[in-house]
Amino acid sequence: MADNMFNLRIITPERVFYEGEAQMVEFNTTEGEIGVYPGHIPLTVIVKPGILRIHEKDGERIAALHSGFAEILPDAISILAEIVEWPDEIDEKRANEALARAKERLKNRYEDLDVARAETALQRAMARINVLK
Amino acid sequence: MASMRDIKRRKTSIQGTQQITKAMKLVSTVKLQRARAAAEKSQYYFDSMFRTVNSILSRVGHIEHRYLIPGESERKAVVVITSNRGLAGGYNSNVVKLITRNDAFKKEDLDIYTIGNKGREAFARYGYTIREDMPEVIEDPLYSEVNALTARLLKSFEAGEIGEIYLAYTFFKNTVSQEPRLIKLLPVEAEDEDEASAVMNFEPEDVDAIDMIIPKYISSLIYGGLKEAIASENGARMQAMDNATSNAEEMIDKLSLQYNRARQGSITQELTEIIAGSEAIG
Repeated sequence: MADNMFNLRIITPERVFYEGEAQMVEFNTTEGEIGVYPGHIPLTVIVKPGILRIHEKDGERIAALHSGFAEILPDAISILAEIVEWPDEIDEKRANEALARAKERLKNRYEDLDVARAETALQRAMARINVLK
Repeated sequence: MASMRDIKRRKTSIQGTQQITKAMKLVSTVKLQRARAAAEKSQYYFDSMFRTVNSILSRVGHIEHRYLIPGESERKAVVVITSNRGLAGGYNSNVVKLITRNDAFKKEDLDIYTIGNKGREAFARYGYTIREDMPEVIEDPLYSEVNALTARLLKSFEAGEIGEIYLAYTFFKNTVSQEPRLIKLLPVEAEDEDEASAVMNFEPEDVDAIDMIIPKYISSLIYGGLKEAIASENGARMQAMDNATSNAEEMIDKLSLQYNRARQGSITQELTEIIAGSEAIG
């Protein structure tokens, strides 16, 4: 293994989303945003909606990562993602609509509003839009 | 002996059936290849999920978490995956038998969640309680649908309506062999803690992590079971149709022989009659 590189694997129930060597990977977790370099202590974290940045040897790739969890080992990271999308898979119009809808709901706070769900929807929509920027 | 016309009619009808079974075999062969590829693609996700959950559970040891101890209710929920269509040999009945012939399950204490029409029909006939039926999931399994089902199951579990959750499906060993399986989804039981290998850390804490990971774990098991079951269904149908085709072939051979014999018999008889007639005149 090259120094300062680790093996990154992102898997969804339907497919292997990404597999390759990376220098660093950044994503959002329940405990806040983290960036992981090779040689990290073993750690399992729960993913929250946000931008996933994969720093490869020559360049950076980004994607919208919405839910799942990650298993971090010193020389390898597996992200078990329920939903993850490359920028070209995102429907911008839909994301904008979802964002507006979620904001509206959180502002008005109807009685039977599922706040946690609306917040997740908001975070998802924002993650999608931010990836496209 | 049956008349020539009867034999011929029978033979034509069997040939028709054979054409259908042959076509069905080809269709399920193609579907099997596709289903198998899909099952293999998602395999890795479930293996990783299984490993991670086991490593978490073996690390936290025996804590009192609601997902790790059976609920108080005697009722059990069983998710049963069967096919929507028949003509697949013993595929459907084998899965159903896992439940109806299981001594640990009492008919009155079961809530059945069927995925697939054949399973629903069978359980309705035996008089089981069918809580939910989702036949359309088989045609095109979506992870989101499975997630919704998991959420409903967990809600029922947390409300104390059910104490245990099971999954019955058919494991795809290979093209010629499929194995019906019954697995316990909840409470989750950790495998033997022989290799408490990784000194894994958790963020958030273990208990919160369990809260968040177990629902994903159950979804992934059901989804994986679905993929396996679809591959198994097509494998079973392919085999059943292959057998039917060769049985038809055998019958056709036998009928051809009978037909030729009957034809020869009738020619001989006619000849005898003509000779006898000419002798009488002569």
